[in-house]
Amino acid sequence: MINKSLKQLGAMLQSKEISSVELTQEFLNRIDRLNPEINAFITLDKDKTLAQAKHADSLLAAGKGTALTGLPIGQKDIFVAKGWRTTCGSKMLETFIGPYDADIIERFDAAGAVNLGKTNMDEFAMGSSNETSYFGKVQNPWDRSRVPGGSSGGSAAAVAARLCAAATGTDTGGSIRQPASLCGLSGLKPTYGLASRFGMIAFASSLDQSGPMAKSCEDMALMMNVITGFDKRDSTSLNREKEDYTRDLSKPLAGLKVGLPKEYFAEGLGADVAKAVNEAIAEYKKLGAQIVDISLPNTKLSIPVYYVLAPAEASSNLSRFDGVRYGHRAKEYGDLMDMYCKSRAEGFGAEVKRRILIGAYVLSAGYYDAYYIKAQQIRRLIAQDFENAFKQCDIIMGPTAPSTAFKAGEKADDPVAMYLQDIYTIAVNLAGLPGMSIPAGFAPSEDGKRLPVGLQIIGNYFDEARMLNVGHAYQQVTDWHTQMPEGIE
Amino acid sequence: MSLNSADIKRIAHLARIEVSDAEADATLTKLTGILGLIEQMQAVDTKGIVPMSHSQDVTQRLREDVVTEINQRELFQSIAPAVEGGLYLVPKVIE
Repeated sequence: MINKSLKQLGAMLQSKEISSVELTQEFLNRIDRLNPEINAFITLDKDKTLAQAKHADSLLAAGKGTALTGLPIGQKDIFVAKGWRTTCGSKMLETFIGPYDADIIERFDAAGAVNLGKTNMDEFAMGSSNETSYFGKVQNPWDRSRVPGGSSGGSAAAVAARLCAAATGTDTGGSIRQPASLCGLSGLKPTYGLASRFGMIAFASSLDQSGPMAKSCEDMALMMNVITGFDKRDSTSLNREKEDYTRDLSKPLAGLKVGLPKEYFAEGLGADVAKAVNEAIAEYKKLGAQIVDISLPNTKLSIPVYYVLAPAEASSNLSRFDGVRYGHRAKEYGDLMDMYCKSRAEGFGAEVKRRILIGAYVLSAGYYDAYYIKAQQIRRLIAQDFENAFKQCDIIMGPTAPSTAFKAGEKADDPVAMYLQDIYTIAVNLAGLPGMSIPAGFAPSEDGKRLPVGLQIIGNYFDEARMLNVGHAYQQVTDWHTQMPEGIE
Repeated sequence: MSLNSADIKRIAHLARIEVSDAEADATLTKLTGILGLIEQMQAVDTKGIVPMSHSQDVTQRLREDVVTEINQRELFQSIAPAVEGGLYLVPKVIE
């Protein structure tokens, strides 16, 4: 049962084959057994979770269930949830109890879904390995000595270890897609503005976007129907007609023009990843896709641009953590300035501090034009690359990450090496486009483990339904997405 | 472009983060690496390119100037580090 999709579990709930309380308890039992090692969840609240499951059962009994009613979902601990401890992976918020619900939490509640618990993450979503979490690193279920990716590493590991039926993530530079790739699941970052940022603890506001992490594209389509929609509480939320993201799932792919950016297959891409991605593309040819060679010439610049803009926005966003209204306050301090400086020094971890400092530096007098404005100008060039590319193709494909999951500790002390993990994902955030990762096979590690490889699919603005169609078609003819790691039975 | 430990301390002060001398030295090495990465931007000619602050070309929405929040002072202050009489407590700032 643990390997069933949201769709299948939903059908079992609707037909009363199982109750939400039973299903939820099954996952809670698995968490009890496996989470002490995997560490995918930071906070559990079984009473709250089971009360929601009970409520879902009453909705189902009354015939008021919808697609996700009664299904247990892991919520990334970046989303504020009323009455739930919400830490964002930081000591700064170790004791923070959410006083309200994030938009995404409200939407899942309204759909009758069950909040199974808050998943682990890199501190303030800053990281690509989940090693910066104050609450400890997360194991990759495919090889426990390796990282699950990040920053939504807890969500990815939870879905991969079948500790929940699906989970939510957020993606500022690849934080949904890269862990989905490293853990062998499907993850989608929507077009910027489709999902509300209300109640999602801000990292880089012009890039942050939440999205689904699940076992299949069909499940992600069901979640997208819940996650997306206008929210007047987010000033960048887009007021568009509601869409049904399942509508095009079964469309044939004949004639689909797939663009392959040469920069995504150049130096830096692991041979094992390239092999799996090329095999996936061959499969798409069999499904009727036409391959078009394209170029995204400014790809390499996306990393420097991102490491100016994201820290700049973060240094501003994280100035709210001052030890006054909420969050950590130092025990001993002198005057107000000393209280700020000590509270922030104690509350933030090393990577978060580094990014705040970079941000403060690039925004400081004398450097603003050379760094911040320059980065915004190149951001436009990067967005224009995609605009040009989409004149030649319907969809872009390539690897999600340059390598499979790496060993814990391998890059932890080298920020620049860690940042290069996101070479294929960051440009998508800068342009505000939708991007997703789906499982495209495995590569053997040197110690004989099977490590998942992700295929990235990038769509034009608001083209999520087509991307899900493209992913779903592949998942009808392959079974990478249904495979489970060993040792999680 | 090249930073020294004193620069780190100055930036850290701007960011309201206390750093010890030892931390400043360690941070200097890491930040120098990151700024080296960022420096790649300078090779690009960006003359005349309009900076892109946002991916969607939309303007900020306006709304009626009316109260939309309800008073939840007690709830919000229940998670504050120090409050008294409905006020947030901080060290004395006016002598």
